[in-house]
Amino acid sequence: MKSVSRGVAAVLAAGLACFAAPLSAQTGEVKVGMITTLSGPGSGLGIDVRDGFALALKDLGGTLGGLKATVIEGDDQQKPDIAKQLADRMVERDDVDVVTGIIWSNLALALMPSLERAEVFFLSPNAGPSQLAGKQCNPFFFGVAYQNDGQHEAMGQHMQSQGIKRAYLMAPNYPAGKDALTGVKRFFKGEVVGEVYTAVGQLDYAAELAQLRAAAPDGIYIFYPGGMGINFVKQFEQAGLKGKVPLFGPGFSFSEDSLPAIGDAALGVMNTAQWSGDIDNPQNRKFVQGFEAAYNRLPSVYAAQAYDTALLLDSAVRRTGGKLDDKNALRAALKAADFKSIRGDFKFNANHFPIQDYYLREVVKDDKGRLTNVIRGTVFEDHADPYAAECRM
Amino acid sequence: MNTLLLVEQGLNGLQLGVMLFLMAAGLTLVFGIMDMINLAHGSFYMVGAYLTATFAPLLDSFVLGVLVALPLAALAGMAVEMVALRTLYRREHLDQVLATFGLILFFNELVRIVWGPQPIFLSPPAWLGGTVEIIPGVPYPAFRLAIIGVGLAVAGFLYLLITRTRTGMLIRAGASNREMLGALGVDVKRLYTLVFGLGAALAALAGAMAGPILAVQVGMGESVLILTFVVIVIGGLGSVRGALAGALLVGMADTMARALLPTLLRAVMPPSQADGMGASLASMTIYILMAAVLAWKPRGLFPAHA
Repeated sequence: MKSVSRGVAAVLAAGLACFAAPLSAQTGEVKVGMITTLSGPGSGLGIDVRDGFALALKDLGGTLGGLKATVIEGDDQQKPDIAKQLADRMVERDDVDVVTGIIWSNLALALMPSLERAEVFFLSPNAGPSQLAGKQCNPFFFGVAYQNDGQHEAMGQHMQSQGIKRAYLMAPNYPAGKDALTGVKRFFKGEVVGEVYTAVGQLDYAAELAQLRAAAPDGIYIFYPGGMGINFVKQFEQAGLKGKVPLFGPGFSFSEDSLPAIGDAALGVMNTAQWSGDIDNPQNRKFVQGFEAAYNRLPSVYAAQAYDTALLLDSAVRRTGGKLDDKNALRAALKAADFKSIRGDFKFNANHFPIQDYYLREVVKDDKGRLTNVIRGTVFEDHADPYAAECRM
Repeated sequence: MNTLLLVEQGLNGLQLGVMLFLMAAGLTLVFGIMDMINLAHGSFYMVGAYLTATFAPLLDSFVLGVLVALPLAALAGMAVEMVALRTLYRREHLDQVLATFGLILFFNELVRIVWGPQPIFLSPPAWLGGTVEIIPGVPYPAFRLAIIGVGLAVAGFLYLLITRTRTGMLIRAGASNREMLGALGVDVKRLYTLVFGLGAALAALAGAMAGPILAVQVGMGESVLILTFVVIVIGGLGSVRGALAGALLVGMADTMARALLPTLLRAVMPPSQADGMGASLASMTIYILMAAVLAWKPRGLFPAHA
């Protein structure tokens, strides 16, 4: 008798367990680890990512794929070791399902090994280092923004098509700076009369601007992220070079987060990006209006990328039916990218990086006198990065 | 490399030099007189830039904006001295470094709370916005000429203040022997507070002058602080004369290295390598300079307590 009841109990328990698993998934939640830069000089970008993601969650009614969404925030202070500590804590203690938010490529590279070990997906709303696109491509990494070279390649192509003969290229002396100029040169075939690398974090470009004036090129390409770009463009105008030498750059040097600080010196500058506030589709209009209403400022490319990241995750969770523990199913669902991106056409390449259009944009003033970008043409359609061939996954 | 370009780069070096001097003078005064290492000096630079960027548009004048920002920054400096730093004078330098590093974090977050995380815009006054052809064929930014003018004027003012006034006499006396100064009935506490306020105002002036050419953003004080420390180590700790010499030397060396090294290296190696290596060497120049000066004169060029 006793053994029978024990057997019944075991059967009952097993049945309950079978029943309980899908039940908890149905009423479950999605935990997102938002690790981004919320303090220090780089915080503007991180705050735009956090706000863009939060806006998408608001538009989705606080859910992702029908499940309740919980976002756990962490400030990486732009430091790889802190980002890694946060990721480890979120994986072990908070049991997050995905990690996102990272702005900087070196931080993304630092996180990837432990996230892969823990089998937690990392959806990058910005960082897209060539390593993760090529030889070190990773089944748990998805680059939702771009491969880092993309915007530079697009501008190289534009400069080539503009008939620029003698170009001057400038970037900070660190890996992303060298990659940027390599990206430009991949499509710009004219003569490079100067390829100048400056110290990372350099404040003053007077010496370089004097050399630039003396070289008298047909055009200058700069890759200066954050405050360096603001400094350079202001000083470029003060040196009287604006209007004499055409200035070109990637979209992130002329994004809406830094345009107010550059001021009118940025007016008329051509730059390239995969997104712009004036892309005409219903989801983008909703995003731009919603962002302005919620935060009282214009959205930047970073905010747009984060918004798309949330939409992608929403679509993937829905596609798996909320079964986030099935990593292969979740990967396939992410890979399908079955969502309406605010940037228009978007799909993933074999290396989990986007195949997407790149636009030529010009900095203008909107009807309220604020600096922003408008599209002046399409440079690349369905552009893929050059590293995908090296990826074995 | 022609002569005109070289002259222009000389002006650029001078401009960077006087800018660094504004920072280094305050830092070295505080060190020389109070024996206090203040890492938060860069924070007053940042506060000066932010206050100017706030008041200049409100008052519709850059100059008025600076004139409002400087006393406010000086008051902030004096408040910090009275509240936080006064207890640290008798502590070791390492304690001072830790405490003032904490102040950096405090100021950065405070500025972020008040002004937000995005960099803000500060334009030069319209009459200094363009370029001037001081050398025929070389248009030079008018605002940078103004920086040179202001920096040299401040150097003159500090020279007169320290060598020709009673306050200057007390400052020099305080640097040599603070117990004796106190025994003579001078309120040393108040003197220290005033000197700290003056240092903060000088840093704020540097920040205000930098605002129109640089990004006014959280953390802008840190990058300039490193250069400033190099300047005062080269010049000799605690000496304003050394700060001026060190600042001009660093400004000139840094500018010339950045301008000349890539060109020189192109003569001996392929351009793509020369540019990368030139940039690396140029960013090392001032540290090599510092090492060379310290090897020759371990206490800097003009040590205060020789």
